[in-house]
Amino acid sequence: MNAILHDLADPNSILFMIWTTLAKSAGLLGVVLGMVSYTVYAERRVSSLMQDRLGPNRTGFPISLLGFGLKDWSPILGGLGQPIADAVKLLLKEDFTPAYVKKFYYWIAPALGIAAAIISLAVIPFGSKIGTVDMVIANIDIGPLFIFAISSLGVYGIVLAGWSANSKYPFLGAIRSTSQLISYELALGLSVVPLFLIIGKLNLVEIVHYQVQNGWMLLPGLTAGKLPTLSQVLCWIPVLISFLVFTIAMFAETNRLPFDLPEAETELVGGYHTEYSSMKFALFFLGEYTAMITGSSLIITLFLGAWHFPGIPDGSMSGWPGVLWGLVNIGVFFTKVFAFLIFFIFIRWTLPRFRYDQLMKLGWIWLFEIALVNIFLTALIVAFVH
Amino acid sequence: MAYQVPRPKLTFAEKIYLPSVIAGLKITLGHLWRMLRGKTHVCMQYPEEKWDSHLPPHYRGAPTLVSDEFGRTRCVACQLCEFICPPRAIRIKPGEIPAENKFAKVEKFPEEFQIDMIRCIYCGLCEEVCPEQAIFLKKEYAITGTSRAAMMHQKEKLIEMGGIQPGVVNKWNEKK
Amino acid sequence: MSPILFWIFAALMLGFGAATLVNRNPVASALSLVVSLLGLSALFFSLDAYFIGVIQILVYAGAVMVLFLFIIMLLDLKAEQRRQISLPVLLGGVAVTALFVTQIALVVRTFQVGNKPFPSLAAKFDDASNIGNMLFSHYNLPFQVIGVLILVASIGVVVLSKRELN
Ligand code: SF4
Ligand code: SF4
Repeated sequence: MNAILHDLADPNSILFMIWTTLAKSAGLLGVVLGMVSYTVYAERRVSSLMQDRLGPNRTGFPISLLGFGLKDWSPILGGLGQPIADAVKLLLKEDFTPAYVKKFYYWIAPALGIAAAIISLAVIPFGSKIGTVDMVIANIDIGPLFIFAISSLGVYGIVLAGWSANSKYPFLGAIRSTSQLISYELALGLSVVPLFLIIGKLNLVEIVHYQVQNGWMLLPGLTAGKLPTLSQVLCWIPVLISFLVFTIAMFAETNRLPFDLPEAETELVGGYHTEYSSMKFALFFLGEYTAMITGSSLIITLFLGAWHFPGIPDGSMSGWPGVLWGLVNIGVFFTKVFAFLIFFIFIRWTLPRFRYDQLMKLGWIWLFEIALVNIFLTALIVAFVH
Repeated sequence: MAYQVPRPKLTFAEKIYLPSVIAGLKITLGHLWRMLRGKTHVCMQYPEEKWDSHLPPHYRGAPTLVSDEFGRTRCVACQLCEFICPPRAIRIKPGEIPAENKFAKVEKFPEEFQIDMIRCIYCGLCEEVCPEQAIFLKKEYAITGTSRAAMMHQKEKLIEMGGIQPGVVNKWNEKK
Repeated sequence: MSPILFWIFAALMLGFGAATLVNRNPVASALSLVVSLLGLSALFFSLDAYFIGVIQILVYAGAVMVLFLFIIMLLDLKAEQRRQISLPVLLGGVAVTALFVTQIALVVRTFQVGNKPFPSLAAKFDDASNIGNMLFSHYNLPFQVIGVLILVASIGVVVLSKRELN
C-alpha cells in the first residue's frame, strides 16, 4: 500500500505517468466539451446581436427551486442555461433510424467524426507545467503532422454518414465535403512548413518554447520584451503569409462559413447529417465544434504563443506557486482559444457562402500555390540569415 | 436564346477579397456594438412586448365559430369548411334541430365541431367558403397546449373564442 | 514498447488485412484496409518511428483510401457482389502467393542479421530530421528520380483526361 502511494507521488514511476495522464485527459475533455456547448451558445448570441436580435436569453438556472430563499438571477444568468437545456433536449429526442439506411455504417459514422476531433487534442500543449508535469497529454515529436493525420481520418465519419444514409442530399454533402477537405488539407499542411523551417522543430512543446524565448511567431517584437532582430523581421513576412493561408484553410477544414458547402442548409437540407436525429446528430455537431476548438488551439500554439503571455511566468517552480501559475497559463491558453473562436463566429455571420467552383479555385489555385511559393521564400530567407 | 450575363471587371482589391472581408466585418461589428449599447430597437421583446394592437383587421389567427346578435351560433353544419380545409383539420358531426325549437327551419346544427390546431395552417379557406359567415379567423395567434387533446379545439371553445359578430347575413332571423 | 501491444496491433493488422480479401462488400473491404493500415502505423509508432507512422495514416488512410472509398461508393456495388470468381484466376492467385511465400521463407532462413539485436537509439531521437538528412544526402539521386517519375505520371494523367474530354 505504502509502495503504491509512494509510486503515485514519484515523478519517475509508471504509475505517476498513468494517473497524471488520465487526469489531464479527463480535465481537458471536460473543459473542451464544456467549451463546445458554450461556443454554441456564444454563436447564437453573437449572431443574433449582429443581426439586431437578442438570441436565447431566457433559460437560466432555476436555482429558486432549491429553496433556501434563493432568487432566479434571470437578468444575469438568463440564457446561460441554454446549452444544458439543448443537451437534455437532444438526449431525450426520439432517435429515429430510417428503414433504408445501411445500419452498421450509419451507426459508426457519428462516432468516427467526433473521435477524430477529440483524439487530435492529445498533442496540443494547453499549458506550461504544473510542478514537473507537462501540460500536454502526448508530447510527441511530430505534433502538427499527427493532428493533420487524425483530422484527415475524420473525413471517414462524413463519407460514411453520407453514403450509408442512402439518400441524395447526404450523399451530395459527403461528396462535397470530401473533396473540400482533401483539397484544403494540402494548403493546410504546406502553409505551416515555413514555420518549421524557421524554428527547426516539429515538436509542439518545443515550438511553444521557442516562442516563449523569441516572442510569438506572429508578434515577435511585442511579446519577447526585446526588439526583434533582423532575422526575425525578415522571417515575419513568410510567417504572416503562412498565418493567413493556414487560418483560411482551417476555416475550410472545419466546414465553417464561408466554406460550409458540405452542409449548405439552403441547398442540401443539411448535408451529410440530413438523415440523423437526436444524439447521433448531436455527435456530428459536437465533433464539428470540437474540431473548431482543436483548429483554434493549433493556430494559437503555432502562431500566437500558446499559453505564454508577456510577464506571466510558467508553472515549473515547485509547491503552490507552480500549481497556481500553471493554472494561470492554462487559463491564458483557453482565453486565447476562446477569443479565436469568437473571431470564427464573427466571420461566419459576416461572409456569404462561396460557390463550389470558387471554393475549389481558391483552394487549388490560390492557397496551394501561395503556400508553395511561401516555402521557397522562407528557405531563401533562412539561407540568407544563416 | 442564351443571355450572357456581363461579369463586372474586378479591381485587384476586390479580387483578393480580404478588403471586403474587413468591410463586411465593419458592418456586422457595427450592428453588434450598437446592439450592445442598446441603441437599436429593431427587435421586439416578444413575450413582454406585443404587437397585438397593431394587428390589421384581416389578420388570420385561429379559426373560431361566431354567433349572431341574438346569441345563436351561425354554423348550419353544411360541412363545406370540412371539405375545403387543406390539411383536414376540421371535423363536424351535424345534428338535426328539433321541430319545437324556434330555429327549426335551419334544420341542422353542429353537434360536434372540432378543429385540430396542430393541423390547421391558418389559410382562411374555411372562412372564405362558409355560406353562413359562421367561421372567422380571429386575432388569436398564440395557440399552445401541453397535450394533443388540449390542441383540439372543441365546439364550446370555438364558440367562446368567436364571440358575437354582428353580421351581414341574417337569413335565419326569426322575423324572416 | 511492450510485446503485448505488438501482438494486439499485429493481429489487428493481419485480421483486417484478411477481411479486406474475404469481404464481398467493397466498402467493407476498403474500410478493413484502412483499419489494417492504422494497425501498421501503430506498429511503426511502437518502434519509435513516429514520422513514418504518421505519414502512413496521412497519406494512405487519410487521402488515398478516402478517394478509393469514394470511387467505390459511386460505382454499382451490386455488380461486384454478384461476380463469380473463375477457376483460372483463383489458381493464378494461389500460385503467385505460394511463390511469394516460398521466396520469403528461403530469404528468412538464410538471413542471419535478423537475429541480432538492433543497435539502441539515442534517448531523444528526432526521426523526421534524420529521414530528411538521409533522403537529401545519401539517397538524393533516387529521390530526385522518383520525383521526376511522379511528375511524369501526373502530367500523363492530365494529358489523358484532356484527350478523353475532347
Ligand atoms: S384556416 Fe384553413 S387549415 Fe385552418 S381550419 Fe380553416 S380551412 Fe382548415
Ligand atoms: S362553419 Fe360554415 S362552412 Fe363550416 S359547417 Fe358551419 S356553416 Fe358550413
